[in-house]
Amino acid sequence: MTATLERTEPGRTAPARSRRARRKRLQVIAFMSPWIIGFSLFFAYPLLATGYFSFTSYDLLSPPDWVGLRNYAYLLFGDPVVRIAAANTLWLVLVLTVLRVVFALGVAAVIARLRRGVGLVRTLCYLPALAPPVAATLAFTFLFNPGTGPVNGLLRTLGIDGPLWFNDPAWAKPALTLLTLWGCGELMIIMLAALLDVPQELHEAAALDGAGPIGRFWHVTLPSIAPVLLFGVVNSIIFSLQYFTQALVAGAVASGQAEVVGSSKVVGFPDNATLTFPAWLYQQGFHYYNMGYAATMAVVLFVFSLGFTALLIRRMRGGTNAEEVA
Amino acid sequence: MRSRSQVKRGLLALATATAALVAASCTAGSAADGPQPAPGPDEQVTITVSSQFTDRELDVLNRVLDGFHAKHPNITIKSQGNQDDDKITQAIRGGNPPDVAISAETINLGQFCSSGAWQDLGPYLQRDQVDMNQIVKVAQEYTAYEGKRCAMPLLADVYGLYYNAEAFARAGITEPPKTMSELTDLAKRLTEFNPDGSIKVAGFLPVLGSQANHPWNWAPHFGASWMDAQGKSSLGTDPAWQEMYRWQKELVDFYGWDKLVQFTSGLGQQYSADNAFQRGKIAMMIDGEYRTGFIDQYAPELRYGTAPFPVADGKPELYGTGFVTGTIIGIPRGAENAGAAWELVRYLTTDTNALVELGNGLKNVPTTTEALHDPRVERSEQYQTFLDLFDNPQLVPSPPSPNGSAYMKSAEDFSVKWQSGQVGDLGAGLRDLDAQIDAAKALGGN
Repeated sequence: MTATLERTEPGRTAPARSRRARRKRLQVIAFMSPWIIGFSLFFAYPLLATGYFSFTSYDLLSPPDWVGLRNYAYLLFGDPVVRIAAANTLWLVLVLTVLRVVFALGVAAVIARLRRGVGLVRTLCYLPALAPPVAATLAFTFLFNPGTGPVNGLLRTLGIDGPLWFNDPAWAKPALTLLTLWGCGELMIIMLAALLDVPQELHEAAALDGAGPIGRFWHVTLPSIAPVLLFGVVNSIIFSLQYFTQALVAGAVASGQAEVVGSSKVVGFPDNATLTFPAWLYQQGFHYYNMGYAATMAVVLFVFSLGFTALLIRRMRGGTNAEEVA
Repeated sequence: MRSRSQVKRGLLALATATAALVAASCTAGSAADGPQPAPGPDEQVTITVSSQFTDRELDVLNRVLDGFHAKHPNITIKSQGNQDDDKITQAIRGGNPPDVAISAETINLGQFCSSGAWQDLGPYLQRDQVDMNQIVKVAQEYTAYEGKRCAMPLLADVYGLYYNAEAFARAGITEPPKTMSELTDLAKRLTEFNPDGSIKVAGFLPVLGSQANHPWNWAPHFGASWMDAQGKSSLGTDPAWQEMYRWQKELVDFYGWDKLVQFTSGLGQQYSADNAFQRGKIAMMIDGEYRTGFIDQYAPELRYGTAPFPVADGKPELYGTGFVTGTIIGIPRGAENAGAAWELVRYLTTDTNALVELGNGLKNVPTTTEALHDPRVERSEQYQTFLDLFDNPQLVPSPPSPNGSAYMKSAEDFSVKWQSGQVGDLGAGLRDLDAQIDAAKALGGN
């Protein structure tokens, strides 16, 4: 056997290889360009611009002026309302996240066990998610109107003196929570898919080992759907951090002064109980012309969202790894 | 090494592009240089008019715009309704503003003027020798900011007292109240409670933040001023504010805060057929002249009267004053056909026929003296009160501020805390409020 070796000509092949590599890079970039353009225009640019505006005094209509950390100082020490708004949003993050995930999982678990009429029940439970947020909120404020709404009317017939719901600072956020739970059909469908995806053999094996329904749910179902639960929690946290439309509409309608949003002078009724962080951000940026300060709030919101998500993912990964090691 | 430098170059390019985009986005829409000439008779021009009006109100405006087009056939108008201040501001920012902008509020005027978003109309007025004295003085005032006229008044809203005439007759009351003490007294006499102690009919609803009860609507009747000569918030230094809040608290305590919250929670929307006054649940209230239109539409059987709103006991000379606000009209920065736009602005704000038609259609008060006294203005006995009020030089608008209605929100937040008993020291609370308002205002300062 003879082997022939090609003569290499370093002076000619290296540039050719380099040209090929460059062409390949260009091809890759060309294929990626739709994403690169989209990412740059709709994520990188707004993010960098927001970061820049957060250090400026900017009224939307005149060129921004650099003010250093003034907006951050005002946010931390000067604005009493932002603390209320942040506390409201934090309340929603904690309560809404837990209840939304538990409620969606609970409804999905019930539907997963149904033998008849699954399609109908699933559709009925999902339908509220299709309602536009403004329309859904208007309907809820009507239903929960303390004087004329049917909810308190029903409670009265049962001998219960219903709360003032959206008109009471203590009940406004729980009322918003009920509204959100009513419309969490999307998460419920995702949970349902995850529950139906749990291998039946695992349940059977656990049952043979003597595990009851609660034991099977705790030791089989939950670990199997952990990634979907994580998604649900992260999704709910981001949803709560961005809670805006329902809070704004419910506050305006409950105050009895529903106006065009652009004309509304007062938000957060009652007593700023429905004033969320994004709602105050919007008010500052678009009604008070403090876009620089609004950008500061947006940066803080972004950092918190990122922090929450990263923390959760790290903890869940830690938990999964520990389980795998065990 | 090579890939790192490429990454660095990429980041640098991204940062440069971003900076360029940021700079471009911040300077959209340049200011016009001086007054633009009106288009010649043969020059065909189309101008856009943005307003917040919808449905019936937009039809009223469009009819008047048709009247302008009949006079200026070369100027075609594209009327865009449902455009609030947010949308108009975005359009100006985007470099695609309407030629004429109509805003339902005077409160954003400070921002429109100080930023140059709305053009200075002074040079146009001077060039065409428009006599501003034909416009009612208070309307002249609330359409200028720090001496710069960047808007013209297009109808006004005036606030006064509405009272249920049947409730008055039942209680043997023959005269509407003129002082706050009289208002308190009549409110107590006209109030009816249910057997369980809850409020059935409120003589006067003293809850700030409910219906048209707001600090800015009440303040003129106590002679309370928002700002001092230096432009600083003066709620803590002007004793009239304390007088207003103390008067209010006395009435709140008469009803009981919890009962008031329960009562207001069950009231219908302010701008609907279910309005509490229209349904007989409130015997007296403060509201604008537009309410007469709502009553005509939704409660024509209601017997009611109107009068100037009562004033502080120690300031009887204020009787006849009131809160005033209005629709304003201007030419945004970067308007494509500013010359033609000015022709329309001048027509809508100074032509008596146009103002009378608009006023009758929208149930708002015309803003020129001639239109105000024009016999064609539809005036019921109740509506006449507001026309008379508008003739009063004591009417008080809310001062425009560079941060729009931010100070109103602060004052209303404080009012809610005060009336619900969360404020112990009123004076200290108002001084804190001053600091808060001034700090928020300074945020927009450069």
